Amino acid sequence: MDRIPILKIGAALLVTIQVDLHDSVAMALEEDLSNMIVKAGAKGVLIDISALEIVDSFIGRMLANIAGVARMLDADTVVVGMRPAVAITLVELGLSLPGVKTALNAERGMALIQRRVAESGLEADHAAGEF
Amino acid sequence: MRIRQIVRAAALEAGLSLVDQTKIITAASELARNTLDHGGGGHASIERLQEGGRRGVRIVFEDTGPGIPDVDAALRPGFTTGRGMGLGLSGARQLSNEFSIATEVGRGTRVTIARWK
Ligand SMILES: Nc1ncnc2c1ncn2[C@@H]1O[C@H](COP(=O)(O)OP(=O)(O)OP(=O)(O)O)[C@@H](O)[C@H]1O
Ligand SMILES: [Mg+2]
Repeated sequence: MDRIPILKIGAALLVTIQVDLHDSVAMALEEDLSNMIVKAGAKGVLIDISALEIVDSFIGRMLANIAGVARMLDADTVVVGMRPAVAITLVELGLSLPGVKTALNAERGMALIQRRVAESGLEADHAAGEF
Repeated sequence: MRIRQIVRAAALEAGLSLVDQTKIITAASELARNTLDHGGGGHASIERLQEGGRRGVRIVFEDTGPGIPDVDAALRPGFTTGRGMGLGLSGARQLSNEFSIATEVGRGTRVTIARWK
C-alpha cells in the first residue's frame, strides 16, 4: 500500500501531499502521523498542500481529522501552501477546517510551531517556579 | 480520479479563469465521489457548451443507486447519511452556475452542473 512519507524537522513533522489521496492512503497517513507524534514528541504537524490543485470535502475531512488527533496528542496542525484559488473555492464550498491553522508557506508554518514550543517552554518554567 | 483531468481540459478549453476551473473541478470531484459512495457507482458525461459568444462546460453524473428520498434535506449544508461532512451537494451547487437534481428512490440519481465563462 502507498504511504506518504513523514519527515521530522526539529519539533515538527512535515508531510507533503502530492496527488489525489485514496481513502486507504488518507487513513494510513492519519495513523502514521499519530504514531510519529507520540514517538517523536512532536509539537506540530506541517501539511504542505501547495501541490494540490483542488481540495474537496474528502481532503478537508482528512485535514480536520488529523488536526483533531494531533490536538489530543498536544500537537498543532498547520496547513501550508494553499493556493489562492483553492482558498476561494473552500470558502464557497462551506468548508471551514476547524482546529487547523494555516500559513502561507512551510517556513512561516515552522515559525508558528517554533513559537508554540518556545511558549510552552516558558509555561513549564513558570509552573515549576510556582512550586 | 480521471474525471478531474477531463473536466480541467474542458474548462480550460472554455476559457474559464483559474478560480472558475478550480470551482468546477471541485464540484465535479464532490459529485463523482457521491456517485461512488452513495450511488453505488455510475458515470459522468461532459459537454462543452457554446451559446452565442458564451462558452462553458456541463457535467452530468448518473447512477442507478438508491436515489435521494429528501432532496431538500440532502442539499442542506451538513446533512449526511454517511460519515462525510455533508458538504458535497450543497457545495457543488454553490460552486456551479447551473445545478439540478433528478432522483427517484430505488431508481437512481442524476445531478447536472454547469459553469459558464
Ligand atoms: N448519488 C447519490 N445517491 C444517493 N444518495 C445521495 C447521492 N448523492 C448524495 N446523496 C445523499 O445526500 C447526502 C448529502 O450528500 P453530500 O455530498 O452533501 O454529503 P456526504 O457525501 O454525506 O458528505 P461529504 O460530501 O461532505 O463527504 C448524502 O449523505 C446521501 O445521503
Ligand atoms: Mg458527498
